[in-house]
Amino acid sequence: MPFVPHTGEQAEEMLDRMGLARLRDLYDEVPDSLLRDEPPSIFPGLDEAGVTRIARERAGNNTPLLCFAGGGAYEHHIPAAIWDIASRGEFYSNYTPYQAEAAQGSLQLTYEYQTMIAGLTGMDVANASLYDGATAFAEACLMAVRCNRKSDARRIAVARSLHPAWRAVARTLLNGQGIELVEAPLDDSGRADFNYVYENVGGGFDAIAVAAPNYLGGMPDLEAWRALADREGALLVVGINPVSLGLLRPPGEFGADIVCGEGQPLGIPMSGGGPFLGLLACKAQYIRQMPGRLAGRTVDAAGDTAYVLTLQAREQHIRRSRATSNICTNQGLMVVAATLYMALLGGEGMRRVASACHARTAQLVEALTAIGGVRRAFDAPFFHEDVLCLDRPVAPVLAALAEQGILGGVDISSEYPELGNALLVCATEMRTEDDIICYARALREIVAPRQRAARNRRATSARRTKHEPDDSGQTT
Amino acid sequence: MTRRLIFDVSRPGRRARAQAPAAESAAPAGLPAKLIRDRKAPLPAVSELDVVRHYTRLSQLNFSIDTNSYPLGSCTMKYNPRACHRLASLPGFLDVHPAAPDASVQGLLQCLHELQDMLAAVTGMQAITLAPMAGAQGEFAGVAMFKAYHHARGDHARDEIIVPDAAHGTNPATAAMCGLKVREIATGKDGDIELDALDAALGPRTAGIMLTNPSTLGVFERHILEISRRVHAAGGLLYYDGANLNALLGRVLPGDMGFDAVHLNLHKTFSTPHGGGGPGAGAVGVASSLQPFLPVPYVEKAEGEYRWRSDSPDSIGKLAANGGNIGVLLRAWVYLRMLGREGLQRVADHAVLNANYLAFRLAEEGFDLAYPERRAGHEFVISLKRLRDETGVTAADFAKAMLDEGFHAPTVYFPLLVPECLLIEPTETESPEALDALIEAMVRIRDAALSDPEAVRSAPHRMPVRRPDEVLAARKPDLAHAPALRRD
Repeated sequence: MPFVPHTGEQAEEMLDRMGLARLRDLYDEVPDSLLRDEPPSIFPGLDEAGVTRIARERAGNNTPLLCFAGGGAYEHHIPAAIWDIASRGEFYSNYTPYQAEAAQGSLQLTYEYQTMIAGLTGMDVANASLYDGATAFAEACLMAVRCNRKSDARRIAVARSLHPAWRAVARTLLNGQGIELVEAPLDDSGRADFNYVYENVGGGFDAIAVAAPNYLGGMPDLEAWRALADREGALLVVGINPVSLGLLRPPGEFGADIVCGEGQPLGIPMSGGGPFLGLLACKAQYIRQMPGRLAGRTVDAAGDTAYVLTLQAREQHIRRSRATSNICTNQGLMVVAATLYMALLGGEGMRRVASACHARTAQLVEALTAIGGVRRAFDAPFFHEDVLCLDRPVAPVLAALAEQGILGGVDISSEYPELGNALLVCATEMRTEDDIICYARALREIVAPRQRAARNRRATSARRTKHEPDDSGQTT
Repeated sequence: MTRRLIFDVSRPGRRARAQAPAAESAAPAGLPAKLIRDRKAPLPAVSELDVVRHYTRLSQLNFSIDTNSYPLGSCTMKYNPRACHRLASLPGFLDVHPAAPDASVQGLLQCLHELQDMLAAVTGMQAITLAPMAGAQGEFAGVAMFKAYHHARGDHARDEIIVPDAAHGTNPATAAMCGLKVREIATGKDGDIELDALDAALGPRTAGIMLTNPSTLGVFERHILEISRRVHAAGGLLYYDGANLNALLGRVLPGDMGFDAVHLNLHKTFSTPHGGGGPGAGAVGVASSLQPFLPVPYVEKAEGEYRWRSDSPDSIGKLAANGGNIGVLLRAWVYLRMLGREGLQRVADHAVLNANYLAFRLAEEGFDLAYPERRAGHEFVISLKRLRDETGVTAADFAKAMLDEGFHAPTVYFPLLVPECLLIEPTETESPEALDALIEAMVRIRDAALSDPEAVRSAPHRMPVRRPDEVLAARKPDLAHAPALRRD
């Protein structure tokens, strides 16, 4: 076994000293019927070279695809410095900083992270992370119910344009406590229709939740949402994409009470879907209802600046069944990556990345909607991603694109049947003009050959009757 | 010592020029002006070297497994093999979008499927979900499945979870998140659960019991088969908090003990990194009776192809935006492939050997074991009550003095049952020489406490900071650097 340092002689000496004959005697309090001499049957062990060979082969069996998918996970450039530093053993292999004197590096970094997230979102405070965007949203809902002392509705109204997986996870986590999630459907422009909620469910909510930009790339009018929340006596919960906030006015400036988001775009690899980073920020007045760890600045016994985990009376290891959440382990290492990302990019870099993503996506949408049978789902402003409607089912089109090495977007037609054959597309700053041309050409080959054939037929019959020149090369 | 924040290094106009794309020539098209920021996000304006130097220096202020022994009870701070990190970071694994079609990620899914199988084998459970992103989420999944199981049988009266008083705080917190009431039962003087207390708690309202075995007291629950029989007879289910599986790996299977659901902290027993607090992974195994309720998605192999499955009608639902902390799962896969069948028992054997040796030697040196009559598991508890009564030096003081000696402190004041306690877990990857050094350091501190208690009570003296004022931190929370947020 590769990582046990004991020599056989040493193990024997240790046993001897305790008056034991063999290792098995260490289990003398375990009932015989439970103790196994034979280990469970798994693969035989490999050395590092052997496991490397297999891992490389497996990684090689994954087909790299040119990525035009977003929907909560984005391929951004990850500066080389980020994971060089984050992989240092002092960040990679340390524990939660409960012993503050032995963890000032992690604690100060977390304090800087909290400051950066608060600044980016325009909120007063941010916590030291939750698992991912979906659990951050669920915790934001639970937190809002605790914070809203005026309401006993135990209901949250959520825009259907908010990420479907976030809503699904929130349902799983809210279900246990009997808190209801009421969905406001999409109107024709892709905005949430709250009139429907009033007419069918009535008012009375602890919080109203919306994402900006939303899952469909739409930009809700947060001023109107703030007014709606005020009218309802509800808290306003806003979901965000942190990269978008390099360019967009932050939700804090619109009066959001709680902001949650997916931090993956901040220097974290897509990695098949995790580990990601749950962002949570709020107004100062709600701190004591916040779940998860918080780093704070204080002074040490000599009066010098020091950092600690603070307000721990909210947490499970102190408050047990009355804690704000059961969360213990969070996404600490992802916080290191996100902090380095925000520091390296700065306000100007974040603005450029956000602007480039928006510009590339606009180019992509223009190129794809020039193809017959492809149109935008909504005639409204979009940011960073957009929904296209196809004239045929999306899944076979994506499969055909994948054959050509292209991940053409996220098929959202089963999540949003009301949109028909809907495809969510995105181009980050990583996509070049050539990439976009390549995607458009491939999609045209897949969805338009019939059109071309039809045009060709028309052209041929026209030639027969009118003897005009062949223009089939320019038709599509 | 005053350390600078990254914001103090910032100088307007400076930036890491290699790290951002060229500015767009035109203003963002199609977006109303009121949606655009009127000033840049308040982030540091620094060079790449500023960032690298600042955070490298911060890292050097941390203790870590790579730099120090870390006998932190209940946390299993064993060596995190570099191969796990290197191989999980292959571009073929990292550059996978979660929406990528299954056909394009067969290599990844094959690894995850093998991990499911290996974890099923080492727990003795029927099926595994890899979705939970930490132990606490695994607990949530387990208890939510208990609830779903009872409800599916039309039994809606079971609204109580039994939790021993020595349990991890996540256990009662999880039960509360699932909307169940917590019924706490006492631990006996010998460290085992009091069966009378269990009987008094069991009844038609019992949804189940959550147990750690060995318990957080570091001892094996000798009545486990009887507990299992009684809980099942009362119609309840058993949940295994796998935080302490390192004590039993390959030797005792939770399924054999009668557990219906098990979570594994892959960042403990399976050596994935703690990362300063995460990310972890909390895979859950279940008996066949709970399989229909497993969270989605999970990986299935059918007709030679691997695929994500999400279509279970009775599932408790989704726990993560995607399939879980996949990068962490890959590290556990690498670890288990290296460990192999023959390595499983060697992990537990040497973890338990180290803990027992350490406990034995410390007792020889005059330290008080909390359970001197009991065999230790992979960790054990000592009480410093006698030392405190004699010298005024508390467990917290002792822990701080250990930092000065270059050892991370053990867990202090947990479990709550033992006064002035240290919970010590050496793990199997520490050498006998490292254990001897730890013993010598603890003896030195104890001797110092007897000769010059004030020096120990004011420890640490050689760390980057002295003891922080935690009361001030909580009374006047300073959670963000205000000058960096000022809007002017």
